[in-house]
Amino acid sequence: MKLVKSAALAAAIAFVSTAGASAESLKIAFIDPLSGPFGPSGQAGLNEWNYAAAQINAKGGVGGQEVEIIGLDNKVNPKESLVQLQKAIDQGVRFIAQGNGSSVASALIDAIEKHNKRNPGQEVLFINYAAVDPAFTNERCNFWHFRFDADADMKMEAVTDWVKGQDSIKKVYIIGQDYSFGKAVAAAAVKNLGEKRPDIEIVGNELHPLGKVKDFTPYIQKIISSGADAIITGNWGADMVLMIKAAIDSGYKGPILTYYGGSKGAATAMGAAAVGQVKAIVEHNTNLQLSDAQTAYVDGYEAAYPEDNYYYHRIHNAMNMLAMAADKAGSTEPKAIAFALEGMTYEGPTGTLTMREDNHQILQPLFMSTFSDNVTRGVEKLPLGWVSGDADRIEADATRTETTCKMERPS
Amino acid sequence: MSDQTMQDFKNLAPSNSQKFTQRLLPLVVFAVVVLMIPMFNPSSLVLTLLNVMGINIVFALSYNMLLGRGGLLSFGHAVYFGLGGYAAVHAMRMIEEASYGDGGFWASYPVFFLPVIGFACGALAGAVIGWPSCRRAGTPFAMISLGVAELIAAAGFMFGSIFGGEEGISGDRMNGPELFGLSLGPISEVYWFIAFWTIVGTFCIYAFTRTPLGKMSEATRDNPERVEFVGYDPQRVRYLVFIFAGGFAGLAGGMAAVQYEIFTPEAVSLAPSGMVLLMAYIGGIRYFAGPIVGAVVLTYMQSMMSDYSEAWLLYLGILFMVVVMFAPGGLAGIVAGLINGMRAEDRNERIGRWLTVSAGGLLAFAGLIVLIEVAVRWSNGYGEVFEPFGMHLPTASALTWALILIPIAAGVGLLRLAMKRKEEGHA
Amino acid sequence: METIVFSLLNGVIYGLLLFMLSSGLTLIFSMMGVLNFAHASFYMLGAYFAYTISDASSFWLALVFAPILVGLVGAAVERWGLRTVHVNGHVAELLFTFGLAYLIDEVVKIIWGRNAVDYQIPELLDFPLFELFGAQYPAYRIFTLFVALAMLVALWFILNRTRAGLIIQAALSHPHMVGHLGHNVPRIFMTVFGVGCALAGLAGVIGGNYLVTDPAMAVQMGPIVFVVVVVGGLGSLMGAFLAAMLLGLLQTFAVAIDANFADMFGWLGLSPTSEVGRISIASLAPMIPFLMLVLILMVRPRGLLGDREL
Repeated sequence: MKLVKSAALAAAIAFVSTAGASAESLKIAFIDPLSGPFGPSGQAGLNEWNYAAAQINAKGGVGGQEVEIIGLDNKVNPKESLVQLQKAIDQGVRFIAQGNGSSVASALIDAIEKHNKRNPGQEVLFINYAAVDPAFTNERCNFWHFRFDADADMKMEAVTDWVKGQDSIKKVYIIGQDYSFGKAVAAAAVKNLGEKRPDIEIVGNELHPLGKVKDFTPYIQKIISSGADAIITGNWGADMVLMIKAAIDSGYKGPILTYYGGSKGAATAMGAAAVGQVKAIVEHNTNLQLSDAQTAYVDGYEAAYPEDNYYYHRIHNAMNMLAMAADKAGSTEPKAIAFALEGMTYEGPTGTLTMREDNHQILQPLFMSTFSDNVTRGVEKLPLGWVSGDADRIEADATRTETTCKMERPS
Repeated sequence: MSDQTMQDFKNLAPSNSQKFTQRLLPLVVFAVVVLMIPMFNPSSLVLTLLNVMGINIVFALSYNMLLGRGGLLSFGHAVYFGLGGYAAVHAMRMIEEASYGDGGFWASYPVFFLPVIGFACGALAGAVIGWPSCRRAGTPFAMISLGVAELIAAAGFMFGSIFGGEEGISGDRMNGPELFGLSLGPISEVYWFIAFWTIVGTFCIYAFTRTPLGKMSEATRDNPERVEFVGYDPQRVRYLVFIFAGGFAGLAGGMAAVQYEIFTPEAVSLAPSGMVLLMAYIGGIRYFAGPIVGAVVLTYMQSMMSDYSEAWLLYLGILFMVVVMFAPGGLAGIVAGLINGMRAEDRNERIGRWLTVSAGGLLAFAGLIVLIEVAVRWSNGYGEVFEPFGMHLPTASALTWALILIPIAAGVGLLRLAMKRKEEGHA
Repeated sequence: METIVFSLLNGVIYGLLLFMLSSGLTLIFSMMGVLNFAHASFYMLGAYFAYTISDASSFWLALVFAPILVGLVGAAVERWGLRTVHVNGHVAELLFTFGLAYLIDEVVKIIWGRNAVDYQIPELLDFPLFELFGAQYPAYRIFTLFVALAMLVALWFILNRTRAGLIIQAALSHPHMVGHLGHNVPRIFMTVFGVGCALAGLAGVIGGNYLVTDPAMAVQMGPIVFVVVVVGGLGSLMGAFLAAMLLGLLQTFAVAIDANFADMFGWLGLSPTSEVGRISIASLAPMIPFLMLVLILMVRPRGLLGDREL
């Protein structure tokens, strides 16, 4: 008897209808966390996609079509992401944007490749704006995947290029989270430092479990007693903030080179004590001296979303390159756009960007930004923000890494 | 006198027709519904959702073998789901390698039967982990399951060769020999695969409750001391049930491996373990169909409700709390209560009370929705305004607060009235 | 040498923080049998209340009033929530607190936002107290140490030297007997639950600015509190204290060890480049609590100093 009711419920699901949108718009499904612990970073990404879409629509859209962003909540769960991907495909979406979590990106790359193979004529294109596992543009590279962020290895090229110019750094301590990303960062740091500054001594190379450490003081005291002049870390989230707080409380004086220092919420949690010491490798910060158009763009964003700060400049890049590709191809078909994107260059606000043809990885100038209290534009409503000087710019070409990618293109 | 008692016992046994309507019929109806769904030509999203539901149904039912039937509260059931799933994905890769390579055993193993691998691996994990954890029931068992779950989740990120690091490991289901003419490529074919295993899993778990071991597991839940007096070892009963529960969780993991073609370490973490607990409990752990209801409702909520409200987690939490506090029988218990009530003598009185309760509950809930939605928008600070049915409800307007406070007050009032009447009725 | 001194100091302070966090749960659990899943959520509430109060007035007011507020919230939860569920048994109570933890998380996100808040250490204590082997030691940590010790002494005094404490002690070991003696057991339960939550709140006030105050702090601390309570044993504050210290010291010392599995088990033929051989003791440090939890429950289910089994 009880089974009957559940069966009836299951049948009721069949009546679920999916919302349709106007046929002329070009739909981009944004599949990222919009609730739960990672909700804030997903929401910020969605805001920037929406803003970028509004800006490009004001200029005539992509290939003459209006861009519409559909936010889908994947709870940073790879399996849930595949359900949301199906939802997007059912709504006629041909472009997917995602960034939070290499696990999700990996699932999406795989699923999209299979979908495109199994459903010719309905191909879907994946715009990766923040998942940085180098594998996606190397051994696992894929024609339908384009990455608009520098990958972990490229960021390390930039970090070590910066270290090369700092003669005062003699001893480096590497610390990271014990999983694939943390290990990749550590390996790249060891390799690059060995090539660029063989005189630097790596006094420690340590991994700690992901998201489990509450008190970093023991690690920090190990670092201080090793005499390190600089810390390199790929940590993000609470692992990064807690580590930085512990380092500063214990009187560590050297630079802390991070990947994600600029991420949402970090500035508030680190506080003014971290000024001058915490550095982050990024493609843009809001205190760069750039064109008036770019300043207006950032102003517009922060006026539209007063709770947010402009952070994901790559979304702006991705949207503009998408529009250029559509114009070049004369079509908004994902396949045509994908071919047009290959090898495309774009004169962006920070310099020239190139989408590599061989592995679909963007090359863009990177900046070593420093957390500072002397800023024209603060973050998170604080008088603190990120700045970088002339010596902190790393040119796009310097971040190029060898690729093992053997791209298979559809005929 | 003794003759009469004998006769009473005989009358207590279910008649053949009762056996049919209560045991066989629901399963047949379930199967027919499953067979009929594709006739409505559902979209691939609906099919995907149905597939996820099928996986969660088996997973939640296996969990209820522990919680509902065995009285064992586990916070780490996803460990067995995940390990079973990982084993199935590894097998899927071996099938792929073998079919393009030198052949051998895996080349002739159909992907369709991967859930069997999942079952074996889940049961094996259950046998290893269950041995130390099943000595005691209650809180010690719950705590051990939590500790083990934390350890395995940490191991998931440390051992790349098994768990594939953050990206997990993926395979391709379109390899090896085809069974029943299913290539398993398009989602509509995977539907038949999931449907088959959902029915098999549900049937087997139901059959398990009819076995002597299943019966003893319920007895151990209710009174382990008596079980010992009768000559059974409660520890052993728990251990055996635990192995089977792990096996069926692994079966669900094997189904998930084929559906998603990828497994990531997140699958063995605490979050899915909590989710399956919510599914089973909200559905109703005292009823066999409870976890099925829970799996269907929660899967739907998880994948679809986030489109309507970013506060869906809060609604889920409230639903869970309401069930824990006011409806310990879960959703299935509410339905069963309604059906039993319709047959009771004081039917009219009960219907009156239900109407009061549902009116009160709906009113209070409506007020709560307005409160939550307005609060969430205020919290985001983007200046967005909640606009249901063309109304405009900013934070500072009197109308907003009227729409929050009046329904909640009226709803709570009605609920209290119904409660009072019930007490009077009992007195 | 410096490693040992630092590890001792850090271990003791971390252990004391853990003890502050778990002492309330030991009281609640021993008396009511409720392993409160939401206990760490009350710790989080303490931090957020303290942030709001110290923003409006001063840290010192927050130190007093935030725990009281948390205690009131806890008492209300017991009165209108737990008591309703009590008739359905311990599993229902456990699930109630499980759901409660969920709800508090979401509500905190709505009220205070989803990112970290700027809850700062008071200026008065924001200076390095002394320098040891080149690393500075912040004064606030020593302050933490004193608050925890003061709490320990106060708790010991109340439990052993006052009438209310004696009743609570009695109710810890023989709840039924206390009821038979004519004490209002539901009210004692409510008080103990409130006080237990207030203690967690105090830990939040102290720990919130020394660690980070964000909506994830409850989830991060949640399971470890259980470990302290279970390892310490039922009905024993001393056990909880020992367990917290043991955990704090073990974790900090493990971090300081540089060896990996290959160094330790190399004689078994474990190569340092293999996956198992590469695992270092330091990277296992945060796993130690859970290993301890499982082992204690298997070997000694009553915990270190518990007076009865769980």
